[in-house]
Amino acid sequence: MEKVLPILKRISKSSSSDRSIMSGKGYVSFMEQLMECVFTLCGLSAVAAVAAITIYMIISGTPAIFKVGITEMLFGTVWAPTAAEPSFGIAYIVLTSIIGTVMSIVIGVPIGLMTAVFMSEMAEKRTAAIVKPAVELLAGIPSIVYGLLGLLIINPAMGRIEKILFSNSENHVMNGGANLISAVLVLSIMILPTVINVSETSLRAVPLSVRQASLALGATKIQTIFRVTIPAAKSGIITAVVLGVGRAVGEAMAIVLVSGNTVNIPLPFNSVRFLTTGIVSEMGYASGLHRETLFTIGLVLFVFIMIINIVINFILEGGDKNE
Amino acid sequence: MNNGICRKTTRISDYILKALIYLSAIISVGILICIIGYVAFRGIGSISWSFLSTVTSEINNTFGILGNIVNTLYIIIITLVIATPIGIGAAIYLTEYAKPGKTVRLIEFTTETLSGIPSIIYGLFGMVFFGKTLFLGTSILCGCLTLTIMVLPLIVRTTQEALRTVPEGYRTGALGMGAAKWYMIRTIILPSALPGIVTAIILSVGRIVGESAALLFTAGSGYYLPKALFSHIFKSGGTLTIQMYLSMERGEFDSAFGIAFVLVVIVLIINTLTKIITNKMKKGA
Repeated sequence: MEKVLPILKRISKSSSSDRSIMSGKGYVSFMEQLMECVFTLCGLSAVAAVAAITIYMIISGTPAIFKVGITEMLFGTVWAPTAAEPSFGIAYIVLTSIIGTVMSIVIGVPIGLMTAVFMSEMAEKRTAAIVKPAVELLAGIPSIVYGLLGLLIINPAMGRIEKILFSNSENHVMNGGANLISAVLVLSIMILPTVINVSETSLRAVPLSVRQASLALGATKIQTIFRVTIPAAKSGIITAVVLGVGRAVGEAMAIVLVSGNTVNIPLPFNSVRFLTTGIVSEMGYASGLHRETLFTIGLVLFVFIMIINIVINFILEGGDKNE
Repeated sequence: MNNGICRKTTRISDYILKALIYLSAIISVGILICIIGYVAFRGIGSISWSFLSTVTSEINNTFGILGNIVNTLYIIIITLVIATPIGIGAAIYLTEYAKPGKTVRLIEFTTETLSGIPSIIYGLFGMVFFGKTLFLGTSILCGCLTLTIMVLPLIVRTTQEALRTVPEGYRTGALGMGAAKWYMIRTIILPSALPGIVTAIILSVGRIVGESAALLFTAGSGYYLPKALFSHIFKSGGTLTIQMYLSMERGEFDSAFGIAFVLVVIVLIINTLTKIITNKMKKGA
């Protein structure tokens, strides 16, 4: 059977592209050709969608760059779109998104990776049967719900810490805990499911023999996990991190109310604005150049995401070649 | 030699790392329990019959989410009606028709890209393309078309996986008996992959129910009941998540928690359904 299958496959391929025995009648083969066309079109719909999104983002995002000036916009720090002399510097907004994402990765990835290790290496079947659905559920909860909880649990807690820390400083503007740290905490919870799922899959893909070899050489279970299994699953874990970055950069609704949403230097206890939250909070009323600038912010975000996607593609292709 | 077989060295680092692993797992599960517990605790109080079955009225000063529930249903149904055939078609093309090469790589790359694009970008794109270029304005249909692109990769990927699990023998068998390709797909492949396709649809429903950023500027925030079944799709209509966001912004946290509770229950139902179907699939295979 093993030997026959490839031959059969070859036959089926050549016959299907021509004509099968039954399709001697014209209408059948017409139907066949029509359906092949339809399916090809469906297949190309994703390509068309990405092309359309790219083109539209560029068309609507670039005019403001030329009107404001690229250096003034990307390196300007004053965001006052509705002032008498409007200023459209998005440097702090971009910086906030970068720093916020890095911080949430620093918090979220270790916890996520360790949970993945727990699920694939340590947990018995019964325990894993509790943790896995829990993680899936965590992934399914709408982002706005995270936002609500961040607003009502994390913000007040941060507000209390803020009051203690800055009770003597005169320069600090109290914002009731709506600050960078709160947003980062919400984001790091939100990237957990992505990180856990992807790294668990890659840990499970490490062959058992690799672990057995390490254990047979006298390494303890923990040594095996950290010196052998995790390095072996490296490319999958990197993918998990990059996907986590993508999720964190693009999240909007969960942090729009949690982060305080005023443009500031991204310091831990400052109220800050991310790329995404800037769009959400101002698009409703913006007009003219202000609106165009918001599209430019969208374009910056889109460029970030495209870079991330290309990196992932690169990692995955590299992984395929190694195998 | 202290590291003999009989003498076991205790490694402190081992214990620390082990503790960290257990701690992380507890944190991950703990967060979920806290979230569900807190939402249920705060939300269940606002759930009442009038909360679920009336429309918000400024005159009577009452709050109800029926309009938003209806809008959510509209958006789910229309989006799926458009997205499912395209998604399944794309998956069929990738697994059954396409020969490995540049086209397939391009399609797979773009599908990956689509699933990585954040929903706020979809919102912007939908607002400009469907809203302005196609003159749909802020309407339910505009939101549906935007979401169609968004759930497309999910449907394609899940269906593709289901199609791949259909044994090669089915295909060769059908073709060997003289079936043409489309006939084979229609009568053999699709029925065998049906549970996977249903999973794809359920997962998309989950994605649509939870979506907010992509809908804020495309479908808007209307909360009225449809006056006519069909023309309603050209009116602005906010889903549950949008209404929840608006309530949060206004500081009406009780109604926000009520909606959050409804959403979490829906997510729970969706996850259970997917579990049941995948288990059945495993048993069948």
